[in-house]
Amino acid sequence: MPSYTAPVKDMQFLLHDLLNVTATGVAGYEDLDEGFTGAVLEEAGKVASAVLAPLNASGDREGCVLENGVVRTPKGFKEAFEAMKDGGWTALDCDPDYGGQGLPYLMGTAVGEIFVSANMAFNMYQGLTHGAYSAIHTHGTDAQKVMYLPKLVNCDWTGTMNLTEPHCGTDLGMMRTKAEPQADGSYLITGQKIFISAGEHDLAENIIHLVLAKAPGGGEGTKGISLFIVPKFLVKEDGNPGARNAVSCGKIEEKMGIHGNATCVMNYDGATGWLLGDLHKGMRAMFTMMNEARMGVGLQGYAVAEAAYQNAVAYAKDRLQGRAVTGAQNADGPADPLIVHPDIRRNLMDQKSFVEGARALTFWGAHMIDRSHREGDAAAEGLISLMTPVIKGFQTDKGFEMAVAAQQVYGGHGYIEEWGMSQFARDARITQIYEGANGIQALDLVGRKLAQDGGKHVMAFFEMVKAECKAHDGDDRMTGFVEPLKAASKQLQAAGMYFMQHGMKNPNAALSGSYDFMHLMGHVCLGLMWTRMAKAAHLALEAGKGDKAFYETKIATGRYYMARHLPACAMHLARIETGAETVMALPAEAF
Amino acid sequence: MKVLVPVKRVIDYNVKVRVKADGSGVDLANVKMSMNPFDEIAVEEAIRLKEKGLAEEIVVVSIGVKQAQETLRTALAMGADRAILIVAADDVHTDIEPLAVAKLLAAVVKEEAPGLVLAGKQAIDNDMNATGQMLAALLGWSQATFASSLDIAGDKARVTREVDGGLQTIEVAMPTVVTVDLRLNEPRYASLPNIMKAKKKPLEEKTAADYGVDVTPRLTVVKTTEPAGRKAGVKVGSVDELIAKLKDEAGVI
Repeated sequence: MPSYTAPVKDMQFLLHDLLNVTATGVAGYEDLDEGFTGAVLEEAGKVASAVLAPLNASGDREGCVLENGVVRTPKGFKEAFEAMKDGGWTALDCDPDYGGQGLPYLMGTAVGEIFVSANMAFNMYQGLTHGAYSAIHTHGTDAQKVMYLPKLVNCDWTGTMNLTEPHCGTDLGMMRTKAEPQADGSYLITGQKIFISAGEHDLAENIIHLVLAKAPGGGEGTKGISLFIVPKFLVKEDGNPGARNAVSCGKIEEKMGIHGNATCVMNYDGATGWLLGDLHKGMRAMFTMMNEARMGVGLQGYAVAEAAYQNAVAYAKDRLQGRAVTGAQNADGPADPLIVHPDIRRNLMDQKSFVEGARALTFWGAHMIDRSHREGDAAAEGLISLMTPVIKGFQTDKGFEMAVAAQQVYGGHGYIEEWGMSQFARDARITQIYEGANGIQALDLVGRKLAQDGGKHVMAFFEMVKAECKAHDGDDRMTGFVEPLKAASKQLQAAGMYFMQHGMKNPNAALSGSYDFMHLMGHVCLGLMWTRMAKAAHLALEAGKGDKAFYETKIATGRYYMARHLPACAMHLARIETGAETVMALPAEAF
Repeated sequence: MKVLVPVKRVIDYNVKVRVKADGSGVDLANVKMSMNPFDEIAVEEAIRLKEKGLAEEIVVVSIGVKQAQETLRTALAMGADRAILIVAADDVHTDIEPLAVAKLLAAVVKEEAPGLVLAGKQAIDNDMNATGQMLAALLGWSQATFASSLDIAGDKARVTREVDGGLQTIEVAMPTVVTVDLRLNEPRYASLPNIMKAKKKPLEEKTAADYGVDVTPRLTVVKTTEPAGRKAGVKVGSVDELIAKLKDEAGVI
């Protein structure tokens, strides 16, 4: 069975060598000294390894069961959920006014990665609750905050987000779920929502559904949509759950992965709901959840790959097959371990260099969110808004690819269920689909984010990369980093230029290249992170700080990424520059 | 009652131990270190005593390098009230011998006047299993070692000990030194709020000299070696060959 150990050392490197958190001046970061973050990450790691990881494979096998309208989660989930609540982990970055611990989003991200790697399906119950918490915290009235937030913070109650209906997912303008205003200010919600993660389960005493629905007078399309709070049990005046609301789970879906999480069809049959945020401005409120969820899914992408990678390494060191081409390295044994073979190395280096790069980008993104929320830094907010589709789309595509690569190390043993490697691939697959399929992320990036605020944010990104290259110009230690980054950045700019020149007169030309652009930008982002990490590692080495082998490994891993992953940028640009011609050449009937 | 719990920073039990090239000891450079697991059990027991209302204050003490601060913070995050660090070495490779540790702890006991010392039965690095016993002797206190259960009633402690072939229950007079075994309890995970609170709990730093104890080693490490690797086996062709080998080579039948 797979095992998991939290990569505390790498996380500490990112927090203290790369981001140098205590020196950033961001409010709340002054408490994040090395000893404290180490203690938090170590303890989260213990809970993850001992409590969550052992339930990953069993939860996958067992799945969730719907009986008489009640969903039973896999054995052990309830106890593990209580352990997470008792440990205060669910409240980590929540508002202290509502019982939260008030730590920065960055710490929530680091700890979140640990829990997701250990058991992604399990962690979703808490993850969705956090999304509901954020939406109510941002858009709720004071009374709503008092009623719901403390319970969501400690996960006594959990949350869901309800967007999709049987006939509409991405195109929410076609939504049918109705909200009828009542005399007491509440609404009656009627309709069916599907694919609702954690829609029904036995882990919490109440479930707070956030439901998009159309209230009268809002006009056509997404403009008519409002967001409603629909609790499973109506909340009594004393704050406790009371009568059952007219919302029920009709079915749970059979699906490829994340079996431990209940994916529900939710039926609203005149259920009582209350408006959250402004009437007919539901999309805006939902996007508070959505943006957070997209960052979270981008994290899931590499977090699952990390867990798969750890096991692939262990297997590659343990499994004896064949002899090293340069001569036996385990002469006393019947064969050498897999890890001596160059192609296995390539595979492991692909995984390692991606995971560590993605972790750096995600932590950096979380830092931008803190800058935006805690310091009102508009530039940081612009950058993270630009990068969210890249973090979501690129990291989940690559995360799945790497989970498959880890599975590949096991050969046939990766394909059978016994070793648990198939689960990582199956679980990772959903990350490319939910919270906006990756094609939609690419569309968001190219169609919306590039031009946002007159292209200001993408220009700021280009400047950031340029400044990084310039800072290391002529620095011998940084050979192998600066040149590839510079080249990739130029290719990204050329792709952007192509869109500007062709996009207006032929939008198909831009959108035919949007997916490649998302990947091209993903590589530039990781190249940027690796360049920064290499520099940080060099500085630490020169200062004689800590573990020499760790920093040297870091630099060598970065060199691999620059040498072996960044060449993909040229390919992506070449594809983009062919425009729509070959993509759209066939009439639909020809397929 | 005040409870004193000594905790040691040792190589993490998950780490594959490597011997230094010159055989002078175990390589601890950049190796993950954690609280000695038996000490964790002692801290947990002290917290349970406090939760039962039998203890008012838990003081944890560590002796060694400055980095043992982290170990003390872990104990504080679990629920100890305050910590004392006695810095007695600069190098992580310097181990303070049990007698020196016992003398330092005896000095701390004289200052703090606890009603109970709860210690791990041994540290998993050197497996000395001596400090608790020496401390009891130096203090002239009773001792109960290898505890798998502990009940305190008034001025007596009833302790079940794990001994060869079974369990032995003894009663000792308080104050006493109890060293704990593996099955006494299962230590809790520190909660996030407690990790945050631990940052602000008092941690007093002292030196061995403050207590007038000489920590110079009395023992000399002659050499340290890793266990011999397993030798390759042989395949036997028949049952007869196997029997012959067991008889003639192994001499077991």
